[in-house]
Amino acid sequence: MDETEEKIIKLTQNGIPLTPSPFRDIASSLGLTEEDVVTRIEAMQDKGIIRRFGASIGHRDIGIIANAMCIWNVPDGQVEDVGSTMASFEEVTHCYERPRCPGWEYNLFTMVHSYTREDCEEVAARISQATGIMDYRLLFSEREFKKTGIRL
Amino acid sequence: MIYLDDVDKTILNTIQYDFPLDSRPYKKLGERLGISEDEVIRRLGRLHDEGAVRKIGPVINRNSIGGTSTLVAVNVPDERIDEVASYINEYTEVSHNYLRPDRYNIWFTLSASEKGRIYEILDELKAKTGLEFINLPTKRLFKIGVRFNIR
Repeated sequence: MDETEEKIIKLTQNGIPLTPSPFRDIASSLGLTEEDVVTRIEAMQDKGIIRRFGASIGHRDIGIIANAMCIWNVPDGQVEDVGSTMASFEEVTHCYERPRCPGWEYNLFTMVHSYTREDCEEVAARISQATGIMDYRLLFSEREFKKTGIRL
Repeated sequence: MIYLDDVDKTILNTIQYDFPLDSRPYKKLGERLGISEDEVIRRLGRLHDEGAVRKIGPVINRNSIGGTSTLVAVNVPDERIDEVASYINEYTEVSHNYLRPDRYNIWFTLSASEKGRIYEILDELKAKTGLEFINLPTKRLFKIGVRFNIR
């Protein structure tokens, strides 16, 4: 990422303005052209510096209040296959392998968001059926203390 | 809870992944949805003010800019939850922090440019709270694709 790209991210990471030409407004405060700004955002997407350029949703405020972290105890030799299968579920937004540690045996983590806890439980049951992993738990979030996303 | 009509729902489902990188993005969105630019801006203004849209902007890929991230868990007695959560929130490196009652009840994510900073923060938190934190760094990423299907 070069200096200009960094400036663009810093100026847009809290949200672009709700004006008819938001990219022109951003460009003029950076001394760039609107085309520069758009081209560089597209280039950063292509390079994978930004995953997407779009809206972050306040999902709780619109009723998507069930947020389950599903933790799975997957035999080490099956992690690759099981992780790929879990990731293929549309309802799974995140899927990570993490280390086990003393007193902690769960090594795969998936996030599922939906309108109700029952929806999340149903998704987890389908994942369990598809992967054969029976040792799992759902940890529902009861309070959100912080959610900011990654910032520069 | 925020009231959403069908047009609002279509807007929200569209702008998560298909926000037009265009000189008149709201006009372009309106053309797709059959409404005017003014109406798109008016609706997005309300959706933002009421909290349905937190922001429209870049979602940064932490991995591509270097650095490291981890998930941390700690078991906090009920009466200390607010106190410990606020110590954790003080760090800008903390991006998410939730109460998820289980064997460990506070779960948060930490991102930093180097591992040393993560250890430093965990040491400080341990010293401030007297609690044991378990550190579960990402070993492998299978998916990140946050997309809410708003219905």
